[in-house]
Amino acid sequence: MPLINASFSTHVLRKDRKTQIVTKSSISKTTNRQKPTKAILAKDAKSPANADLSKDELIGFYREMVRIRRFEERSLRAYQQGRIAGFLHLYIGQESIAVGSISLMGENDHVITAYRDHGHALAVGMNMNECMAELFGKSTGCSKGKGGSMHYFDPSKNYWGGHGIVAGQTPLGAGLAYGLKYQGKKGCALCFLGDGAINQGAFHESLNIASLWDLPVVYIIENNGYSMGTSQERSSMHPDLGLAARAEGYSMNWAHINGESIFDIREGVKKAMDLAREESKPSLLEIHTYRYQGHSIADANHKKYRTKEEIDDYRKNHDPLSLYREYLLDAKLLTDEGMKEIDLAAKAEAEESAKFADESPFPPESDILKDVYWEEDHPDQKLSEGRIFFND
Amino acid sequence: MSKISYRQALKDAMIEELERDENVVIIGEEVAQYNGAYKVTEGLLAQFGPKRIVDAPISEAGFIGMGIGASMLGIRPVMELMFWSFAYVAWDQIINNAASVRYMSGGKINVPIVIRGPANGGTGVGATHSHTPENFIANTPGLKVVCPVTAYDAKGLLKAAIRDNDPVYVMESTILYNSTGEVPEEEYVIPLGKADVKREGTDVSLIAHGPSVIVCLEAAEILKAEHGIDAEVVDLRSIRPLDEKTIVDSVKKTSRAVLVEENKPFCGVDAQIAYLIQNQAFDYLDAPVQRISAIDAPAVYSPPLEKKQLPQADVVVKKVLEIC
Ligand SMILES: Cc1ncc(C[n+]2csc(CCOP(=O)(O)OP(=O)(O)O)c2C)c(N)n1
Ligand SMILES: [Mg+2]
Repeated sequence: MPLINASFSTHVLRKDRKTQIVTKSSISKTTNRQKPTKAILAKDAKSPANADLSKDELIGFYREMVRIRRFEERSLRAYQQGRIAGFLHLYIGQESIAVGSISLMGENDHVITAYRDHGHALAVGMNMNECMAELFGKSTGCSKGKGGSMHYFDPSKNYWGGHGIVAGQTPLGAGLAYGLKYQGKKGCALCFLGDGAINQGAFHESLNIASLWDLPVVYIIENNGYSMGTSQERSSMHPDLGLAARAEGYSMNWAHINGESIFDIREGVKKAMDLAREESKPSLLEIHTYRYQGHSIADANHKKYRTKEEIDDYRKNHDPLSLYREYLLDAKLLTDEGMKEIDLAAKAEAEESAKFADESPFPPESDILKDVYWEEDHPDQKLSEGRIFFND
Repeated sequence: MSKISYRQALKDAMIEELERDENVVIIGEEVAQYNGAYKVTEGLLAQFGPKRIVDAPISEAGFIGMGIGASMLGIRPVMELMFWSFAYVAWDQIINNAASVRYMSGGKINVPIVIRGPANGGTGVGATHSHTPENFIANTPGLKVVCPVTAYDAKGLLKAAIRDNDPVYVMESTILYNSTGEVPEEEYVIPLGKADVKREGTDVSLIAHGPSVIVCLEAAEILKAEHGIDAEVVDLRSIRPLDEKTIVDSVKKTSRAVLVEENKPFCGVDAQIAYLIQNQAFDYLDAPVQRISAIDAPAVYSPPLEKKQLPQADVVVKKVLEIC
């Protein structure tokens, strides 16, 4: 049974637990990162996860991707204007992954990700105002200005962060799945991570536990080719079959997905989510993608560890947003006018969010000691005694 | 009242909480089929079944992180660490995730997890297995940490820890598992943050936590019998939250304090207690505050040396005589 299709356009998820014999030569050789082959969206659109989408839904995906991109472009400007502190990891180029995957979420599905988290937050329905205000460190931010860019949270939208430690979220993803299974809910946890995160021990521990205990978690590697300034060839040993093939070591289902096609993403992620929800089986998916900006906006080197030609090639030939726009135009689902309208609306919304963030107050100093302990924030239900803060 | 072991007291606490709340689940290495590396969870698998009592692979970062994730959804995992010394492989989960998720989410999430297991030296297992990380935990806002010494305290504090909506880490002691003590038949919970005066006295306050409390009680008997000195022994029980009042009241009464702990001296728990005493009872002190900690080196294996490295009653007596 082929594990991957050469065109990356279909997915074979391993269900059997038979291990494959992999020859030594094929595991000891590093390969260049697999670039997505040009997606054929019109063909992908007919796959089972996509065939029944309504026009509104199809346009909705486009709107979401545009909103994320315009939000981040506006945040970049705010960063350059000195409004945002610390790191700002932009998701531009990868929007199809958050939008495609999260579009499949139902009531009992949950999501958790790393620090490149703005796209996932907007995709679950968090609004631009609270997201921009968080970047500005304002009290109206989604974490009241306490988390910053890397630490967005909104459990009411089943969105569990926003995690700054590379792969630190991967055991938590297994935990969300464990919780769902324990409570007998039919749902799954989507746990996103970068291609650099796959070399962390915590991730491997999570894969083993998830597979051992049949936890309904879908791990999604957003493979953008680089972990900071380190290309994948310099960071990861992997078989020709790619990073997701590491799942073989844990008898886990896996697949490669072409990140430039939102349809391919939906098709692959849906299969994995179905396996999780129906059979409580975990999966490891590798979605090939690219980031256009530096690792964070403070990354002045990003044109040194990769060529300008490489970046241009992705922008021009593999951009998930442009490709999807072309598809919608070709399929006559939307006109140039409609596109422009969506774009202008997203720009206006982003601009408005910057205004909102700018005008919002910073949290008062007294907020520093709030939200540390549940118990201190609920004095009427406090059971402990004694001193908990030691400031004087 | 009946006399039960410290081990039994911990187990009884878990049984009562497992029965009370179906979201409580026990997870750890060897906790189920093997009946617990130190038999604290013996019989729980038979009583509650594999959904509630779960054997984990040797993946502390993986299963503790998993417990944190599950607790965000309302599960109340009680995780056993075979030794607290093994916490360091899961440090990111224990210190970073458990303590920070609530804060970074602006209070939208809480992490009702308990991590428990032995944290003590003195058993001949060398440096890697003899850590007492309560000072690191207490240094981390968002976390709570308790160190019960008696069967009564072990049961009452573990029950409080399981009911708490914040992460609570319970430091036990392999040396104490077989010790016995009176525990009432009826249900009780000991609030976190309440110290206990284990022996009343008037001449000097011996302030301790963990197995050092036992050492201090021994020293107090020697001081009484051989030197006519009446020492008060204060057991902190809970490190964070901390019962400052009981400490300060005791020092105000005795005017002298010797602080005893198994932590290493630099930035140990007692550094904070010493600060507290000089800050709040300065005018009452008749002598400088004294400290006895583990001798400042990795835990030594050689049994006679290991005994010397940890606080001993004769050293406490000597220290008291220097200031009394
Ligand atoms: C444990 C840890 N080590 C290092 C870092 C610093 N760091 C942050 S992101 C990053 C690169 C991660 O790359 P990848 O996983 O591919 O994700 P991407 O940034 O490409 O989305 C590094 C080294 C960190 N945050 N946490
Ligand atoms: Mg990367």
